[in-house]
Amino acid sequence: MNNRIFTQLHETPSQTGGPYVHIGLLPKQANIDVFKYNFDNQLVTDKTQGQRIRLEGQVFDGLGIPVRDVLIEIWQADANGVYPSKADTQGKKADGAFLGWGRTGADFDTGFWHFDTIKPGAVPGRKGSTQAPHIALALFARGINIGLHTRVYFDDEAEANANDPILNSIEWVKRRETLIARRQERDDQVVYRFDIHIQGDDETVFFDI
Amino acid sequence: MAQIIQGAYAQRNTDDHPPAYTPGYKTSVLRSPKNALISIAQTLTEVTAPHFREDQFGPKDNDLILNCAKDGLPIGERIIIHGYVRDQFGHPVKNALLEVWQANASGRYRHPNDQYIGTLDPNFGGCGRMLTDENGFYVFRTIKPGPYPWRNRINEWRPAHIHFSLIADGWAQRLISQLYFEGDTLIDSCPILKTVPSDEQRRALIALEDKSNFIEADSRCYRFDIHLRGRRATYFENDLT
Repeated sequence: MNNRIFTQLHETPSQTGGPYVHIGLLPKQANIDVFKYNFDNQLVTDKTQGQRIRLEGQVFDGLGIPVRDVLIEIWQADANGVYPSKADTQGKKADGAFLGWGRTGADFDTGFWHFDTIKPGAVPGRKGSTQAPHIALALFARGINIGLHTRVYFDDEAEANANDPILNSIEWVKRRETLIARRQERDDQVVYRFDIHIQGDDETVFFDI
Repeated sequence: MAQIIQGAYAQRNTDDHPPAYTPGYKTSVLRSPKNALISIAQTLTEVTAPHFREDQFGPKDNDLILNCAKDGLPIGERIIIHGYVRDQFGHPVKNALLEVWQANASGRYRHPNDQYIGTLDPNFGGCGRMLTDENGFYVFRTIKPGPYPWRNRINEWRPAHIHFSLIADGWAQRLISQLYFEGDTLIDSCPILKTVPSDEQRRALIALEDKSNFIEADSRCYRFDIHLRGRRATYFENDLT
């Protein structure tokens, strides 16, 4: 250790987002009107391609109580499985009317959160494999020292899920179920319910990505 | 030399970060997973991230002194904070979204759940945002936040701090943290900062007084650099796809 002749930087350490995370990341939820353009939970415009879906749920703590100050972000591919990112190397054109990212806060009273988005297409996995359609999700809150990463899969993609390399890398088969959102239809709208349990018996799988 | 093919982001060094369960910070007790995180080999999902456009930003988005001022200037110490965002290999991180939020000079947040007796400032909002430039440089202007009390133990006080968030080139780099100010004596007693295991890493969250960049009869300046995870290059098999 004393003879190192090269240096590498250490990643800046994480700290909790705290209870007032909304001030900076969702100022409108804190009743602050400062930006002309605000980031939000609406990923679709009239021009976005693909099947509209609503993704919704609650986040629960170790006592089963909804976390009402949680902040959630999602990152996903477009309807054809292409990420609107320079780092996507598929060589296919991404949907120009899709940011692929959104942010929301749980309701301060009920703890419910939702996103209006599209169902993503399948994305290539490593070594020529194919991943089942999924949405990457990260959560930040008071009491959470480092953002928790998970993935949302869809219960109407059973065959693709059975072949998904990430789901199959979870040794405890029973825990894979915690990543599957449940499809329902409400007033002609397709809704996927995805509850997150931070701690306890039905604890959601969290990833070190 | 041929075009560089990017591999995965280097593994996150968990020893450089707080563990999830830190009983001295009481809220973490019921909000930390019991199971170990499951580490996965990265795919396109983890190495991609959204892009934000310059035209989504207003001219005062990085000026917290003016961006909520209504009938005058906010009260407090005028400071500029600047620095560089790099990856762990030293490369500048360009066009990253940096968002900040903080209390006012009294240590009071403009948030419906903050009931501290310290007074609100009608001319201060407490949030700002910016994109890093081609060199990874960022700069914003603000009022130095005051320390504030909170209920962890009954007489707990946070050091003055500014929260920050980064969305850069890869989802794996997503980071939220807090910066502190050089010389604040509360730094040594903060149970949130103490969740970071090493002294060296705790020091990495302290912004340094940058005296030669003070602006006479106007503002003081602090320097704060941020380091994100970096990607390895691939010279042999490319297994990412």
